[in-house]
Amino acid sequence: MTTVLESLNTALHHLLDSDTRVLILGEDVLDPYGGAFKVTRGLSSKFPDRVLTTPISEAGMVGIAAGMAMRDLRPVVEIMFGDFVTLIADQLVNHITKFRWMYNDQVRVPLVIRTPMGGRRGYGPTHSQTLEKIFLGIPGLHILAPCDLGDPGQLLADAILVDDEPVLFIENKLLYLAPLQDTTTLTDFSLVSSPSPAVLDYAPVYTLIIRDAPPPAITLVAYGYMATLAREAAWKLAFEHEIFSELVIFTQLAPLAPEPIFASLQRTGRLLVIEEGTLAMGWGAEVLARTAEAFGSNMHAARRIATCQLPIPASEPLEAAVLPEPDDIIQAVKIMVI
Amino acid sequence: MQNNLSLYRHLYRIRRFEETVLDYFPKGVFKGTTHTYLGQEANAVAVLHWIKSNDLVVSNHRCHGHFLAYGGSLRALFAELMGKVTGVCAGRGGSQHLHWQNFYSNGVQGGMIPIATGMALAEKRKQSGAVTIAFLGDGTLGEGVVYETLNMAALWKAPILYVVENNRIAQTTPIDMALAGTIAGRFHAFGIPTIELDSSDVLEILLAAGELIAQIYQESAPQTLILHTYRFGPHSKGDDTRDSQELDHMRSERDPLKIHASRLPSDQRNTLECEVETEIEQALQQALQDPYPTLSYL
Repeated sequence: MTTVLESLNTALHHLLDSDTRVLILGEDVLDPYGGAFKVTRGLSSKFPDRVLTTPISEAGMVGIAAGMAMRDLRPVVEIMFGDFVTLIADQLVNHITKFRWMYNDQVRVPLVIRTPMGGRRGYGPTHSQTLEKIFLGIPGLHILAPCDLGDPGQLLADAILVDDEPVLFIENKLLYLAPLQDTTTLTDFSLVSSPSPAVLDYAPVYTLIIRDAPPPAITLVAYGYMATLAREAAWKLAFEHEIFSELVIFTQLAPLAPEPIFASLQRTGRLLVIEEGTLAMGWGAEVLARTAEAFGSNMHAARRIATCQLPIPASEPLEAAVLPEPDDIIQAVKIMVI
Repeated sequence: MQNNLSLYRHLYRIRRFEETVLDYFPKGVFKGTTHTYLGQEANAVAVLHWIKSNDLVVSNHRCHGHFLAYGGSLRALFAELMGKVTGVCAGRGGSQHLHWQNFYSNGVQGGMIPIATGMALAEKRKQSGAVTIAFLGDGTLGEGVVYETLNMAALWKAPILYVVENNRIAQTTPIDMALAGTIAGRFHAFGIPTIELDSSDVLEILLAAGELIAQIYQESAPQTLILHTYRFGPHSKGDDTRDSQELDHMRSERDPLKIHASRLPSDQRNTLECEVETEIEQALQQALQDPYPTLSYL
């Protein structure tokens, strides 16, 4: 079965093969190493002129790639660990996302910055974080996150070639080796894939419900690897606790187009948002705020599950205690529904 | 002689534009901030004398002189500083944020150096033959991303000319309190050749810039021109903490207009100056009458 990693890697091979404007920049992206998580494996052997291994200079390489994007190339930057996105903050905030608007729409910056986020690998406080929350809400920045549904490679390809805006593309580390799922593997679920209703129509929203189940009592919302864990929780809730849910999975985090949540909430009246970023001021907070603005007191319950407000510990039991697990989702749902 | 007159026209246009900006700021004509190029005019005029239409220019917060020497419109620049719809970027950007044709500026220090270098590398990949000119000041040498970029520019042979305008002061901090070692040493560390000039003579700078740009066309690799210069005006408006005697001295000894004016017959110079005065006045009046952008520009 194809993994998320293979899907992304294959897409990059096709892109470099089909469009000479595409090039890759990043640390240690050359073969035989092929990148710290192997997403760029094989690219430099086939396209040696368009795969640039860089010094350890995240801000510089992202700025250089942005300059290339403004002059008609389609560069893709790999930031080796998502934790290092703090180093590119000035480029993202004061340069890349500013140019189009402040230059009165006279330029475009079609740049994709890919980076792995997330814990559960024991890498400790500076190599395990989920930091996209820092950049959520920056005007002009698209933030995407593939999951193990649909076609992650196509999502990346569209971000590179179709989207004219800068894109931060978040890849959860545990998703890389996850096999892609569909209705033939998820036999207990029915899967609805719909284009995002606003802003980007290439980044789909997926809705999973237990097949032939009674009406759902709660809406679960997640993205990335947390969507995989939320799916596990939804299955257990259905088959072990007889609580039925609707799981809404986003691949476009920002700008947020919350309509699929609203549609589900019309049916359930209860909302639980699950994310791997730390709890305070995060994506879930925005989802809840937008939902509260739309539904007011017509909502029965709303909660968030996220990582504790702590650095991610290296020690395995401590790390597991800090990060959200399927059991945390199950406990929260039981409290909300009963 | 024709060349000398033309150079003087560029110098004088920048001088009078900037003086007009500072004159009219207290009257409320311009809003926000500004960073004038008074005293440094010869740098932009000499370096940009050489560029061809497909070459790129990347500038910084002190960008008016670069923009005008590049060929930008006086009216559009006045209008941009007033926040008018006829401005370079329809008033969205203001003084520091200009883009027109192949000219780009931004107000945050250092970050435009990788942008410029990426542009140069893109042009090299496209084999357009274009050279990129990136202006930075001595103050910007404090930003780390500059050195990340110089490293990659040298590794990847970016066809770019870095022009360091050392006006010896970063806002109010004199260079000897902000810069250890030498400016040239910073570039030599990455194997980037430099030419260093302590001059306000447009012809002298012209020769050095021409030599470096010709080398970039030939070798497609980075070069640096270090220009020790003087900023006659405040960093922005009325925030000059320097000794007034020192300022008077530099104005009398190092005025690029005075230096170059001595080469011109006075009647021709007077005619030219009158023409520029009229041009400035017309541009200002036009910009004053221009409308503000409607909310559809949001």
